[in-house]
Amino acid sequence: MINGSLKNLSQMLAKKEISSVEMTQTFLDRINKYNPTINAYVALDANKTLAQAKAADVRIANGTAEPLTGIPFAQKDIFCAKGWQTTCGSKMLANFVAPYDAHVITQFDNAGAVNLGKTNMDEFAMGSSNETSYFGGVKNPWDFDRVPGGSSGGSAAAVAARLCAAATGTDTGGSIRQPASLCGFTGLKPTYGLVSRYGMIAFASSLDQAGPMAKSAEDCALMMNVMTGFDERDSTSLNRPKEDYTRGLGNMQGTQPLKGLRIGLPKEYFADGLDANVAKVVQEAIAEYRKLGAVTVDISLPNSQLSIPVYYVLAPAEASSNLSRYDGVRYGHRAAEYDDLMDMYMKSRAEGFGAEVKRRILIGTYVLSAGYYDAYYLKAQQIRRLIADDFTQAFKQCDVIMGPTAPSTAFKAGEKADDPVAMYLQDVYTIATNLAGLPGMSIPAGFSNGLPVGLQLMGNYFDEARMLDVAHAYQQVTDWHTLIPNLDKPNLVLPEGKV
Amino acid sequence: MALNITDIKRIAHLARLEINEQEASQTLTKLTGILGLIEQMQAVDTAGITPMSHSQDVVQRLREDVVTATNQREAFQANAPILGNGSAEKAVDSGLYLVPKVIE
Repeated sequence: MINGSLKNLSQMLAKKEISSVEMTQTFLDRINKYNPTINAYVALDANKTLAQAKAADVRIANGTAEPLTGIPFAQKDIFCAKGWQTTCGSKMLANFVAPYDAHVITQFDNAGAVNLGKTNMDEFAMGSSNETSYFGGVKNPWDFDRVPGGSSGGSAAAVAARLCAAATGTDTGGSIRQPASLCGFTGLKPTYGLVSRYGMIAFASSLDQAGPMAKSAEDCALMMNVMTGFDERDSTSLNRPKEDYTRGLGNMQGTQPLKGLRIGLPKEYFADGLDANVAKVVQEAIAEYRKLGAVTVDISLPNSQLSIPVYYVLAPAEASSNLSRYDGVRYGHRAAEYDDLMDMYMKSRAEGFGAEVKRRILIGTYVLSAGYYDAYYLKAQQIRRLIADDFTQAFKQCDVIMGPTAPSTAFKAGEKADDPVAMYLQDVYTIATNLAGLPGMSIPAGFSNGLPVGLQLMGNYFDEARMLDVAHAYQQVTDWHTLIPNLDKPNLVLPEGKV
Repeated sequence: MALNITDIKRIAHLARLEINEQEASQTLTKLTGILGLIEQMQAVDTAGITPMSHSQDVVQRLREDVVTATNQREAFQANAPILGNGSAEKAVDSGLYLVPKVIE
């Protein structure tokens, strides 16, 4: 059951083969068994979770169930959930109990979904390995010595280890897609503005976007149907008609379902810095797409190499402003001893934030400080437009862009923890879409030395339904997305015949 | 623009982050590395390019001038920090938050 698709789980519930309470308990039992090692969840509350499952069983019994009713999901600890500890991976919010629900949480609640708990993450979503979490690192289920990626590392490990049916994540520079690549599952960052940011703790507001992390494109499509939609409480939420993201999946049958699809291959994504084995797996996946009828087009995103410098101006600038709210006055950490108000601010923030968050606050403060604005912030915003314009040009030649999600497979814990610049390069292929506001996706495409490799799909604005179709077509003819790690021998067992 | 320890301390003060000598020194090394990465931007000619602050070309919505939020003072103050300086009580009193005296 733990490997069942959302559709399968929903059918099992509808046919009364299993109740939501039983299904939820199965996942809670797995969490109790494996979470002490993996550390994917930072907050669990079985009473709350099972109460939701009981309510879901009532809905199923009285015929008001929706596609996700009764199915247990994990929620990234960046989403406020009323009555749940909501920490964003920080000591600053270690004792914060959310007094209201994020829009995403409300959408899952309204759909009758069950919340299994809150998942671990890099502090304030700043990191690519989950190592900046105040609550400790997370193990990659494929190899416990390695990181799951980040910042949505807890959700990633929970999906890969089948400690939930699926999970939510957020992606500011790659935080859904890079962990999806490193842990071997399907993750989607939607077009900016499709999913409300209300109640999602802010990091870089012009880049942050929530999305699904799941076992397949089909599961992501079902979650998108629940997560998206206009919300007047988010000033950047887009008021568009609701879409059914599953509408095209059924057409992905036959031998050449993608006949005529033009796949753009940006030369910059296959240049220096990409691990050779990762490149090989990605090329094999693209070859598979040609068999499905797609044609490939060589394209160029000439300014994409600048996306990391631009991001490390804009994201810290927005973060330094967003995180100024943590002052120890109304909520969050306050220092135990202080002299005056200034001392209280200085000590509370110094104690409440970890090293990486402080670094980004300092960079953001610096680039916004008097005399430096034009050289850094304005310049970065100008290059941001060049990066977005590259995509506009590229999508005149192709329908979807493909390349690697991350430059390597999962790395060892501690390997990059002391070198922020090396860590930042993990997001070299994902950041450009955040800057442009475009949708991006990672799907499992194979393995390198027993570790998963992700293929990235980038689409035009609001083209998620087509991207999901394209991913689904691949998942109809390959089985990479169905392979699961052996949690009892995580460092020993490679998928048979798959390495 | 090379940073020095004085810059780090000035920025930390602007950001309201207490920093000691050792942290300032470590931070200088890390920030210098990061700013080196950022410096790649300077090679690009951006004359005449309109800055992009946001991916969607949308304007701020207006709403009716009516009350939409209800008073949830007690629920919000349940998250008040511990007062500190020897007190284990929450930093609230009569529905207000307690902070060090700011007006003589």
